[in-house]
Parts: sequence; structure tokens; C-alpha cells
Amino acid sequence: MSERFDAILIGAGHNGLVCAGLLAKAGKRVLVLEANDQVGGAAVTRPFADGYSVSSCAHLLYQLQPAVSKDLGLKLDYAAKKMETIALAESGNHIRYSGSEVDGVSDEDKKSYKAFHKRMSGFADLLQKYFNKTPPRLGTKDKKDLFTLAQLGFDVRRMGKTEMRELLRLIGINIFDETEERFSNPALKGAVSLDAVLGTHLGPRSPNTIMTYIYRLCAGHGAVSLPSGGMGSVTQAIAQAARDNGAVIRTGVRVKRVVVDNGRVAGVETEGGETLESWIVVSNAGPKTTVMDLVQTRHFETGFIRRVNNIRAKGNAAKLHLALDGLPSFKGLEKKDYGQRLLIAGDSDYVERAFNPAKYGRCSTEPVMEITFPSVHDKSLAPPGKHVMSAIVQYVPYGLHDGWDESAKEAFKQTAINTLAKYAPDIADKITAAELLTPLDLENEFNLPGGHWHHGELTLDQFLFVRPVGGAAQYAMPLDGLYLCGAGAHPGGGVMGAAGRNAAREILSREK
Amino acid sequence: MTIHEVPQKRLTTPFYPRLTELDRLNNWHSWKGYTSTDALYDPELEYFAIRNSTGVFDLSPMTKYRITGPDSLDYINRLVTRDMNKIKPGRVAYAVWCNDQGQIIDDGTIFHLREGEYRLCSQERHLPWLVSAAIGFDVSIVEETAEVAGLAVQGPTSFSILRTLGLSGIEELKPFGLTHFDFEGSELMVSRTGFTGDLGYELWIEPAKALALWDALFEAGKLYGITAIGTHALEMARIEAGYIAAVTDFLPAELTVRSGRSRSPFELGLDWLVDFKKPTFNGRRALAEEKRRGSNWRLVKLDIDGNKPANHSYIYTKKNGKRIQAGFTTSAMWSPVCKQNIAIGTVNTPYGNVGDTMQVEIYYQREMLWTRVMADAVVVDKPFWDPARRRATPPGNY
Repeated sequence: MSERFDAILIGAGHNGLVCAGLLAKAGKRVLVLEANDQVGGAAVTRPFADGYSVSSCAHLLYQLQPAVSKDLGLKLDYAAKKMETIALAESGNHIRYSGSEVDGVSDEDKKSYKAFHKRMSGFADLLQKYFNKTPPRLGTKDKKDLFTLAQLGFDVRRMGKTEMRELLRLIGINIFDETEERFSNPALKGAVSLDAVLGTHLGPRSPNTIMTYIYRLCAGHGAVSLPSGGMGSVTQAIAQAARDNGAVIRTGVRVKRVVVDNGRVAGVETEGGETLESWIVVSNAGPKTTVMDLVQTRHFETGFIRRVNNIRAKGNAAKLHLALDGLPSFKGLEKKDYGQRLLIAGDSDYVERAFNPAKYGRCSTEPVMEITFPSVHDKSLAPPGKHVMSAIVQYVPYGLHDGWDESAKEAFKQTAINTLAKYAPDIADKITAAELLTPLDLENEFNLPGGHWHHGELTLDQFLFVRPVGGAAQYAMPLDGLYLCGAGAHPGGGVMGAAGRNAAREILSREK
Repeated sequence: MTIHEVPQKRLTTPFYPRLTELDRLNNWHSWKGYTSTDALYDPELEYFAIRNSTGVFDLSPMTKYRITGPDSLDYINRLVTRDMNKIKPGRVAYAVWCNDQGQIIDDGTIFHLREGEYRLCSQERHLPWLVSAAIGFDVSIVEETAEVAGLAVQGPTSFSILRTLGLSGIEELKPFGLTHFDFEGSELMVSRTGFTGDLGYELWIEPAKALALWDALFEAGKLYGITAIGTHALEMARIEAGYIAAVTDFLPAELTVRSGRSRSPFELGLDWLVDFKKPTFNGRRALAEEKRRGSNWRLVKLDIDGNKPANHSYIYTKKNGKRIQAGFTTSAMWSPVCKQNIAIGTVNTPYGNVGDTMQVEIYYQREMLWTRVMADAVVVDKPFWDPARRRATPPGNY
């Protein structure tokens, strides 16, 4: 006789944990199965060299939804809040921005940036409201769906004629054109472009990059913070909240398949051969993995499978972790600046040129980077006097043209370090250990499909009503009892927790 | 500049040389890119060959797919709405397949040739859909339209002709059965299937042996009134049999743009083809929903007063004493063998129950003058032409 649960969650990523916590809070008997030995998915802190730890995938917190914190009663400790962004210049004349203020540019650019940031934040507020709702279905007569759609239309209109027009004009176009039109400082253009394309398979000239920029501003208007103890502490806190509500979390248990019985979900079977019964299975895994591998295509209809099969999820963001003897000397940075968010973005052409090789399955020769030294704020991450550097390095294609091997990794690691050395010439001498995680590594370590943070590209054709695919954007999959709660579902990843929360609410309203 | 000539002419079937020899009219049309005959000398006489002796129709252009592999049964069961577990090797099934919205993509016949080896025949081409449906299944799907030549041999004397041809054991072949014979060292597949609603067979062979088969067949049929026929005659027989035709009586879902223009199996009276005992098949969720909520359309067979064919006619019904439009006819003819004015049509539910009398608006021209009649039409449920000899095994000696 196997154990029976009200709901089984596959994967203890942040969304899975949020969903589990909320289901448990509503009185459901919930089991969470995590394949890795620690919970947290792509928001974990782990050692990478003797005495050095790092947030090994996501490394900054932007978007955690206040509604999630409120519902689960999360109280997080921050090592740093509202970090400044410094866009590095080889000359040492950096520009800095935080909120709607930017320094190191002309007065005109300052004014432009303020107006730009205000407008984008306004759009982000609108989107955020819908990030915390189940997206309505299109083409149905369901009252709830029609109401939400009408509300969305009303909210767009309520922004006023000018803002509505601007939203509709901008939402599909590219960040390059917009920065070109608004700013004259090349470094500012580059930094804003990088903010738009970080974590995507898009360059500044790709359509849709204004949408991804707005996306980053949802919750806190782009304010960046660093949790004490790294990102792992966020997911540990969510896991604790879930446990406090009664959820059972088992780590080191990989689900082999979802058991389907007579056209509905009946439980899961683990790699260890254990069968666990539940009429509800909620997957925090990617939509494609869930549907094609965990369940199998034959339990779904062909049109749905065709759409799922076409989900685009190819990551380009690698993680570079350096264990350092001491802080490297960046030109033009003061001691306190090391605690900020540093960008290597050149100008918008630099970002676009970094993207070019990725189109053909090759790595950037001059990559863009988002760099942090978390140990500046958080002494627990490195031995006394030593430091940790954590950087997102783009573009590093998941499907490298000649395939990934150790020498390819080593070569790119060198490229990244050489790029850093242009800004901090002594960095190579400070390195005692280095780790590069390519998107393929991220896929293997964190079970991220395609090594993509969002389990699926964030583009308009895979967004809102059609995320992950049209006709299945309400967390419930077209198989009774199967739900998605991860980044592949609306509204996406980014350690928001919204997908997990929305999924829990949807499950509770459907499965009474 | 070099100009590369791309051959654009219609394809011809392996039987084309024999058809051209018999052709007196030069009436040809394109059937999925193949030269196909409307009629060879007289459509009505060709029709009477089907009903009184035997008509031979070249159905080589029929779209054919070979489906094989360990998962072939599971694959087909997920593809079509009916339960294919019941279709054993040596049997043929009429089936429809739907999209996720429960709308019919096409209808066709599935031949279970041998254990785990199937052939799917249909009007339209479906490779993209069949390939998408194969994702996650261990099956192979091969387009074999050009690799198999087919002849429909239909009519009361068809059994006698095949027996004379030397197909021993053919008397045991039941309707919707298939069997293999040797024909001059090649495999000849014979199925007791057809599109005429009468005793009849379909013969399938490799193209290289097509002409030899034709010659042997016509030699065997000399004393049995064997006659080559065209599409026109077959179309008459098909309407009498009450069979629906894709594009004529319903539009395959992939050809429609507007919602409500495609049809579900229920809307075509094919409820018997939908088996909800299967936990998963394409369209199941939508069809279950339609079953709960009710369908919008209904297919009707009409027995109409008078003798003017009701082509492209509106169908009316009475509601609260007022005449309202209820639908339209899709196929219509004067049936020579039934001596009835018949039609197949589509009406809105809840109209068109069996036994209801509806009205059909028929326009016809007489010496340029257009005339309109409103004719009463009774909804019938049986095929217009359904002789007992169609089912008899062994078939009669005609």
C-alpha cells in the first residue's frame, strides 16, 4: 500500500515551494519531491571551492512578489538592498544608476532616463497586476475569463490615451531603437540594453526586448537586492514556511514518471521505484519536460503536443564563479562600489555584437556580464579577507555548434576572464579557483530545460495567454489532475514566486 | 540566363494507358494532382454498370500512408475516435480523425494489413498532422500514394469476376475484410470495401503489375459486363449509399478559417465512431464537452418530393407556424435505381429528426426561365440504397 497525498509536487524550486506552501496552508496533504539534495532549484547557495560559496544560478533578487511574501509570511534578511548598478567603462569613467536616477551622463540624459524609467515602471505595474492572476483564456464564454480580459482592457485604457498608445507601440519592438531615440550616452544605452536581454536568446535589436525590459521592473521597479546567505536563503525560508504549513519535502528523490490511469493523473513513480498516489500532480519542471518526458505524449492530444514540442527554451546565460584572494582592482571603483551590481555592457552595439555569434551556436568573443561580489556584504560566503565573484556571462549558447566539452568550457572561461581583465587588470592574479556553468551545466544541475532560467523564452508568442502554450495557460494541463507551477507557466521565472502562487490558487479553486 | 523547366503537368496513374484507350469523351479532372476521368463514354451508363453488372474505378490517386512500428496500434488509437483494438489483422475500419477541438480533419479507411502494419487511406493529404501525432511514438509513417495502384471493382457481378480471375477463397471474404493473393509473383491485396453501397471489392497492387492486373480483370469480366467508369458515376452511387464525402458534405477542419464551419463526428451522424471508453484520443476532451452541451449541426438524408434535384438548396422547417431556414443540401440527385429524389444536407439542431418533414427550396431552369419550387422532404435514417447482396457471404452468383 503506497502513501496517498492530496497533491504531489515535482521539484522544490522556489515556485514549487511557494505552491506547496499555499496548498498546505489551505489544508491539503502535500508532498514535495526534489531530485537534488537541497531544495531551491535555481535559487540555491552552494560551495564551489574550498571555503567559498555562491548563489550558483540566480544571484540577485529583483522580483519576489510582495503577495507571495505576504501569503507565506516570509521575513527575509537582506545583505544589501537597492543596490546601485555601475556600467563599467574601460577608461574608468563609469556611469551609475539606481531607481530613476542616473549619474555620469549629461543632464539631458538624466532627464530622459527619469522619464523613461517612470513610463516603463508604469507599464510594469500594470503587468505585475496580471502576473499575480491566472491569465484569461481567449475565445471562451467563461465569465471569469471574460471579466479578467475586460479588466485588462480597462486597465490599459485607464493609463490614459498617451500611455496606452505608448504601451501598444513599445510592447513588441526592440530596446535598441528606444535607447537610440532617448539617450545619447553610449554606456547608458548599453546598460539598458543589457538589462533588457539578460537571460534571453535576444539581442538589443531583437523585437520583444522592451517587453523583457518591462518584465524586469515588475515588483520594485528594478530595485536589486542581495539576500543574506545568498539566494539559497530565500528558498530555504520558503521551504520552511511550507513545512510550517504541514508540507512534506523529500530531497534526493527524482520522479521518473507521472502515473496516468484511465486518462487522469494518479500519482508518481520515483527513480527508486516507489509509487506515490495522488489525484493531483503539480510539476515545477519545465512544461516540455513535464509533458513529453514525465507524462509522455500519448496521454495528450496531438495539437497540444505539437505546441509544447515547439516551445523555445535555449539558454545563453552562463555563470562564472571566482574564488579570489582579495578584491581585484577595477579602474575607477572605490571600495564601496564592489558591493554594487556591475555591468560590462559597452554600448548597445557591443551587446548586439556579443549576441551575433550565439545565433550561429558560438560563444561571444567579447561577452556581456552582470557581476557581483556578494562576499562584500556577506562574510559567510568566503574565508576572512577573501572574496567571491559571481557573474552572469552572455552569450554562451546551450547548443554550442561543436558541442560542449572541457576544452570548450576552458576556452570560454579564459575569454570571460580576459574580458574582466580589461576593467580589472590584476584579476587573473587574484583567482584561486574558478567555475564556469554553461547553460548545459545549468540544465544538468538545476533541471532547467535548455539551461533557460525561464523554462521557455519570454517572448510575446510564449507570454500571458499563451504561456506555456495556447489553450493551456491556466496552470491546468489538458490531463485531469496535472498542473504546472514553474517558470514555464505564466508569468515566468525570475524568483518571483508568482507562478507558484497562481497555480496554488487555481488548483484550490478547481479541485474542491 | 538559364531557364530551368519544372515539370508541372498532372501526374498519371499506372492505369492511365488503359483508361485512355477506352476514353471517348476526353473529360478529365485533377484528383490530388493526378489525371482522373469524369466519365469515359457516358456517366449514366457507367452508373448503371455499378448497379447492374460491375464498374471498375481507378482509385490510385487516393492518399495512402503506411503506418508500422511497435506503437502503431497505440498511435492509431490516439489518432482516430473509434476503438482500433477491435480491428484485427485482415480487417478494415472506416474512421474519422479530429483535431483537439473535436473537429473532423478527415475521414478514411484504415486497413490492418498484418499484425501492427496499417494503411490509412483518405481524400486529403495529412502528413504534417500524422507526423505531429507520432511525436513520442515508436512508429514509422510513410506516404505511399504512388507506390500502390488501386482499383475499385464494384457491382453485383464483381464477386463472379474475381472468382473467374482465380482468386480462390474470395467467397469467404466478409464485408470490411481484406486478404492477400499472389498475382504473377506480386502481392495482390483485396479488400471487400467500396464507395458504392453495393457488393464490391478494392484491389491493391504494385504499379509495375497494374496493367497486367487490369488486363486479367477485364478478361475475366468479359461475360459479366465489366465496365470502366469515371468519377461522375461513382459520385451517384456514393450519394445513394448515403456516404458523405470530404469537401462536399463537410469541410476538413484544416481547410476552414471561420469557427463553426467545420464539423464534429456527432454533427455528421458518426456517433458510432466515437468511443469514449478510450481514455485518450485526439478531440476527446472537446467531444465530451460537446456531448454534454449538445451539437450545433446535424447531418440529414432527405427523401424529396418531385424529380428536380435539390442541388445547393436551402432547407426550411416550421417553427411556431412560421417557416425558417434550417440548413442546406450538400449532395443531391435523382436516384435512378431508387426512383427517388434524394439529398444529403446539414441542418441546425434541434431540427431534422428522423421522420420530420422539412421543405427544400429547389431552383431549376427551363428554357432560360428560372423556376422555384418548395418541395416537402422527409428525413430518413437508412441509406437510400442498401441491397442485401452487399452483405451476403458468400456473395451471390450474378
